Amino acid sequence: MAEFKEIIMPFKNTPGGIIQAFHAVQKKINYLPENAIIDAAEVFGIPVKEAYGVATFYSYFSIKPRGKYIIRICESAPCHVAGAAEIIASLERELGIKIGETTGDGKFTMELTECVGQCQATPVITINGKPYAGVTPQQVAEILAEYE
Amino acid sequence: MAEELRLVLKNFGKINPLKVEDYLSAGGYKSLEKARSMNPLEVVEVMKKSGLRGRGGAGFNTGQKWFFAHNIQADEKFVVCNADEGEPGTYKDRIIMENDPHIVLEGMAICGHAIGATQGYIYCRGEYPGVVDTLNTAIAQAKEKGLLGDFNIEVRMGAGAYVCGEETALIESIEGNRGEPRFRPPYPPVAGLWQKPTIVNNVETFANVAQIIEKGAEWFAGIGAKSFPGTKVLTLTGDINKKIFIEVPTDTTIKEVVFGFGGGIPDGKKFKAVQIGGTSGGFIPEEFIETTIDFDSMRKIEATLGSGAVFVIDETRDIVDVVTRIAKFFEHESCGKCAPCREGTMRVHLLMDRINDGKGSQADVALLKKLSRVMASACLCGLGQAAPTPVVTTINHFGMDYHAKVQ
Ligand SMILES: Cc1cc2nc3c(=O)[nH]c(=O)nc-3n(C[C@H](O)[C@H](O)[C@H](O)COP(=O)(O)O)c2cc1C
Ligand code: SF4
Ligand code: FES
Repeated sequence: MAEFKEIIMPFKNTPGGIIQAFHAVQKKINYLPENAIIDAAEVFGIPVKEAYGVATFYSYFSIKPRGKYIIRICESAPCHVAGAAEIIASLERELGIKIGETTGDGKFTMELTECVGQCQATPVITINGKPYAGVTPQQVAEILAEYE
Repeated sequence: MAEELRLVLKNFGKINPLKVEDYLSAGGYKSLEKARSMNPLEVVEVMKKSGLRGRGGAGFNTGQKWFFAHNIQADEKFVVCNADEGEPGTYKDRIIMENDPHIVLEGMAICGHAIGATQGYIYCRGEYPGVVDTLNTAIAQAKEKGLLGDFNIEVRMGAGAYVCGEETALIESIEGNRGEPRFRPPYPPVAGLWQKPTIVNNVETFANVAQIIEKGAEWFAGIGAKSFPGTKVLTLTGDINKKIFIEVPTDTTIKEVVFGFGGGIPDGKKFKAVQIGGTSGGFIPEEFIETTIDFDSMRKIEATLGSGAVFVIDETRDIVDVVTRIAKFFEHESCGKCAPCREGTMRVHLLMDRINDGKGSQADVALLKKLSRVMASACLCGLGQAAPTPVVTTINHFGMDYHAKVQ
């Protein structure tokens, strides 16, 4: 697909720019399709397996398709003791999916994450990077409604 | 009661971070001007004498580090700001960058002058897209006004890997590779980014630089603990009344932090333990809370100051469960490059899980202690070396909790 090359090309002359290029691809489609990885390897002049190795190293990158909105739940110790498990249960109930899954309509994906640096109020979730700190199980439905 | 001392955060809430004029009217960029009127070695000497030590965890003397890079002849050198801030319970670098980005840029530019570098990078974690925007705005404004002279700064965004906070892994990541730590030596000040002399310092470290140049080494050396002078920004989480961030002199005690600034434990419960410095820090029992937070005092009680995260747990918490969660973190974040860590973190998690589920034995606890010793000496980087610390310190201080869970 030519469109990936278009996204990747602007980073060609940035030393070490492949990670920035992957960020740009994911900004468009929320994951890194095989073609994007192959294109990146070509643009940066490295073996495909190396480009693949970079794509799979970082937890922010996914080589599997994901939903439009990615919900990440922090399970680091401060969020853990503040009741992250209850937030997960509440999200699972609302969305009918488990961690790592995507809703049937392709809208939401649920993932676990470690600390996202918003621990001024715990537990914390993020939706497409937007943090919600000090979330209660009761608030979950309300937050999801923002993404209708 | 002890009071806050806001030096790194002196502009917090007082200036608009998106307006360089605000920073300028607060005296900003005067230190860079002053530094540039001095010869580079003089700047390095001031930094050394100030006694400033890294705020990213390892506590290395900043001026000494700069001296290594200053001393080497090279066609190119780099200044890298470590803004990867992945340590659970930590958000102090975000607070600094969000509210006063120029204080970081100024510190980096002073470093550039001191070591002879014209290119800087800020490696900011992927979880902070808003901070990346703020930094880029600040850089553009500083450039436009010609404040940075010939010093360039580029922001790179991380992609969610805790190990990339380790300086050589961070360098690999800027180079576009998997973020796996390098074998050392050589250390970055000798051969870092693209094998050129490179200074990697934490955000808070750079944020201290301008004031040291402005007010002098003696002034700074006189604040807080003698061997680790200055202030530290702390972030309070867990079972504590006030989940806030504070900046205090380094001779403040843990007790003052938790019970003074933090307002103690909620719901009339009792203190059980505090883990300082992030997820690889030791758990500290009540008997040690009169200890001051500086690097060396913390070392003496087998704890760390680390990133300045302060995670409190109350008497009702199951500490074995908390440590099991932490063990999972390390298994997940181990980059897998070296076997003692790759296998060790997996084993530690397995054993902790077993004990936590009530299926473990005293032999498992003994095995954990042995495994910890092996990992501390055999792992390639700080991640694996420190991963067992929460396990060992809780076995040592809260052995009864383990005892109650094993068969
Ligand atoms: C696993 C691991 C994670 C680290 N994470 C960070 C981090 O997020 N931020 C940071 O400044 N230093 C981190 N460090 C420490 C860096 O390797 C390095 O010592 C530091 O950036 C040096 O800067 P300083 O001297 O100003 O502290 C980490 C170290 C290890 C071993
Ligand atoms: S100690 Fe762990 S994180 Fe560090 S290099 Fe070895 S495997 Fe990677
Ligand atoms: S511990 Fe959950 S956001 Fe920091």
